[in-house]
Amino acid sequence: MSVTAKLSPSIAADRVAIRSWRTPIMFGVLAVFAVVVFVLLGPDGHATFRLSQDGDAWQVPNLVVPAKIFGIVVAVGALALAARSYQQMKNEGRISKWVTMTFAVLFVMGLLVWIIGGTNTQNITLVGLFTGAMLITTPLVFGSLSGVLCERSGVVNIAIEGQLLAGAFTASLVSSITHNAFAGLFAAAVAGMFVSFLLAVFSIKYVVNQIIVGVVLNVLISGLTGFLFEKIMKTKVDGVTIFNQPTQLPNLPIPVLSEIPVIGPTLFRQSIIGYFMLVLIVVIWFGLFRTRWGLRIRAVGEHPKAADTVGINVNRTRFLNVIAGGAVAGVGGAYFTLVAVSSFSKDMTGGLGFIALAALIFGRWNPIGAALAALLFGVAGNLQSILSLAGTPIDGQFLAMLPYALTILAVSGFVGKSRAPAADGEPYIKG
Amino acid sequence: MSQQIETAKTPSPPAKESEGTHLVREIMSGNAVISVLAVVVALVIGGILIAVTDPRVSAASGYFFADPMATLSAIWSSISEAYGALWRGATYDPTARTWQGQLGIFETLTFATPLIFSGLAVTLAFRAGLFNIGAQGQIILGATFAGAVGFGMHLPPVVHLLVVILAGALGGAIWGGIAGFLKAKTGAHEVIVTIMLNYIAISLVLYLLKNQLKDPNSSNPISPQMDANALFPLLLGPNFRVHAGLILAILAVIGVAWLLNRSTLGFEYRAIGANPKAARTAGMLVSRGYITVMLISGALAGLAGVAQIAGTEKSLDSEIAGSIGFDAITVALLGRSKPWGTFFAALLFGAFKAGGTSMAVNADVSIDIVAVVQSLIVLFIAAPPLIRSIFRIKESRREGVSA
Repeated sequence: MSVTAKLSPSIAADRVAIRSWRTPIMFGVLAVFAVVVFVLLGPDGHATFRLSQDGDAWQVPNLVVPAKIFGIVVAVGALALAARSYQQMKNEGRISKWVTMTFAVLFVMGLLVWIIGGTNTQNITLVGLFTGAMLITTPLVFGSLSGVLCERSGVVNIAIEGQLLAGAFTASLVSSITHNAFAGLFAAAVAGMFVSFLLAVFSIKYVVNQIIVGVVLNVLISGLTGFLFEKIMKTKVDGVTIFNQPTQLPNLPIPVLSEIPVIGPTLFRQSIIGYFMLVLIVVIWFGLFRTRWGLRIRAVGEHPKAADTVGINVNRTRFLNVIAGGAVAGVGGAYFTLVAVSSFSKDMTGGLGFIALAALIFGRWNPIGAALAALLFGVAGNLQSILSLAGTPIDGQFLAMLPYALTILAVSGFVGKSRAPAADGEPYIKG
Repeated sequence: MSQQIETAKTPSPPAKESEGTHLVREIMSGNAVISVLAVVVALVIGGILIAVTDPRVSAASGYFFADPMATLSAIWSSISEAYGALWRGATYDPTARTWQGQLGIFETLTFATPLIFSGLAVTLAFRAGLFNIGAQGQIILGATFAGAVGFGMHLPPVVHLLVVILAGALGGAIWGGIAGFLKAKTGAHEVIVTIMLNYIAISLVLYLLKNQLKDPNSSNPISPQMDANALFPLLLGPNFRVHAGLILAILAVIGVAWLLNRSTLGFEYRAIGANPKAARTAGMLVSRGYITVMLISGALAGLAGVAQIAGTEKSLDSEIAGSIGFDAITVALLGRSKPWGTFFAALLFGAFKAGGTSMAVNADVSIDIVAVVQSLIVLFIAAPPLIRSIFRIKESRREGVSA
């Protein structure tokens, strides 16, 4: 989002001249989809969203939404917004942010009501939905923040998956040996940095294609952790796998805040990694867009030659950023074995590193955008597992496809304009 | 080198395309010596890992200063047992109980068959400057299409197999074509699109295996068995798994070699890969090139899916592609993006797979070490200066620039 804001006037003028009809078309298609699916094929009855759990201090009544009527509201709203986006593109050459945002929120809500209303039970506990989603969202956020740090400085990071996996493995191993979860957390960051170090050495020093390095590192880490898992972690002493019994990080509920319905259990009953994630999103956003450090990084990622000319050491900046990204992803990996589940298993990250990449792109290389995309993907992923038995109108596998399909639409310009930093993936050779 | 600086100067959309140019030069340059040394260094590092994690070695190292030879011999026996088992499993193992088990070389050929197809798929796209990471998804789609006509229809012999092969190629071509089309028409980066298509393919096949393609007699998400007429004939009788897909794969190598080196279309691909702007100036339709090369590349990967379902697996499940799609990338890199290079690289990786199983059974070394060695090989090959500095080889001349 801020990418467009930072463009120079001449480029912005070019943008006005080139009218892209993809977004209005996309909105139109989705609006028609809403009319057909939410209204014509929509479920009768009500979709019930349970906001409180039984033991909560503040009991909030359930949110009951009449599915059909809500479907009509969403469809009419979507049609109106699609028309508005067409009008804006025609008159001004661009679509204002509120139209896009409103459309997205409205459509997601419509989809949710349609899905819940279509199940057998027609109700869902929002707390369960969001706390479950956080299990997916947290590593996704760390992974995509790692991507933000690397790619904003011009290094494509396909190795997020490997960094997460290295973090998960090392956290489990070190926490098991030392019986100290914080030692595990620290070691996970170091492991992530190690993967990043390889990425940086090969892609910056030896100028190997960054995508090749990333792909290969994922295979390397998967093989390495798998090999060491078989050799070390499966070793039993007195019938116990002593090297795969990590001491866990406890949940630290924040008083008062954790009692807020839905938001409290989701955001304020987390482990230290969860709070660190919230802080990190804000810090990286502020750092990138409001500080000198961030300006330099973006300069290196957008136009390394110019950055070099004003005295910024391009390759050193990239090197440091890639290493920092590795530490961030490593901590995200630690979440798997120190918080989410109680031990390491082979390839336990299961492709989340690639969804993190998707979140990064769908969030337009912006920390906050990436975090919101990670939340959306987390909710979609968790909804899939919650509803797998509930007889949904839509098969869970299609929900599983959602992050990937949205990302393809985003990179091909159908959902907003997702643009990578200009020098992303380009090696820089001083000369 | 000067060309890279040129690209750094203009970070506008056309500069993005030169990324592919750089990629092509990077992969094509270098020589056989570097490749061999890269394999050696990777095996050495793998050996170190095997030795370090071997309890016999750590036991002997406890009294290293008292008896250093004990440690060394423990290291030697640890590594030689593992790599010995790997080698015997991939070629000829005189100690195996059955004579079929002794001839691991045919398992190597069986494993190599889908790798040849998918390696060619990645190779072809590379040469046009495109990075096809989506072989995995294209294999799944190919296998799904091939499976759908393989167990869904009942046709006479030969005809049925031909239909299966065509369907598989079509499935892969559709999946590859999506990436090519989006690259050509919207500029969407093919790496991102193909990665995402891989995951969509997995979800899609899982959905189909729960519904349309499910075996009604099974409670698992697995398809019915392929029709007997739809299978590749076994080349060496029922004792070995090696099948006629291997012959098709060799034909594909010859075909791709001809396409790249002798045909007009191949010339266009190489021109686009070398410099898309120059190709456009010369009157070539770069966007059409992207679309067609991804269609052919996807079709080749689809044939790898056919080799899986009509050759070895015989029914469809969500694991049909295994790790072939990702191995294909390393195969193509090791083969330096040349058709015959890819062929031999696929044989080597097929040998790793066949030998890795024997190593896991006979030397208690997890097959994961194969993934480590494979990825190290590619890393070292991709960074010739690193290998040169390890072995203190002087760079005698500048290579590959003419390619």
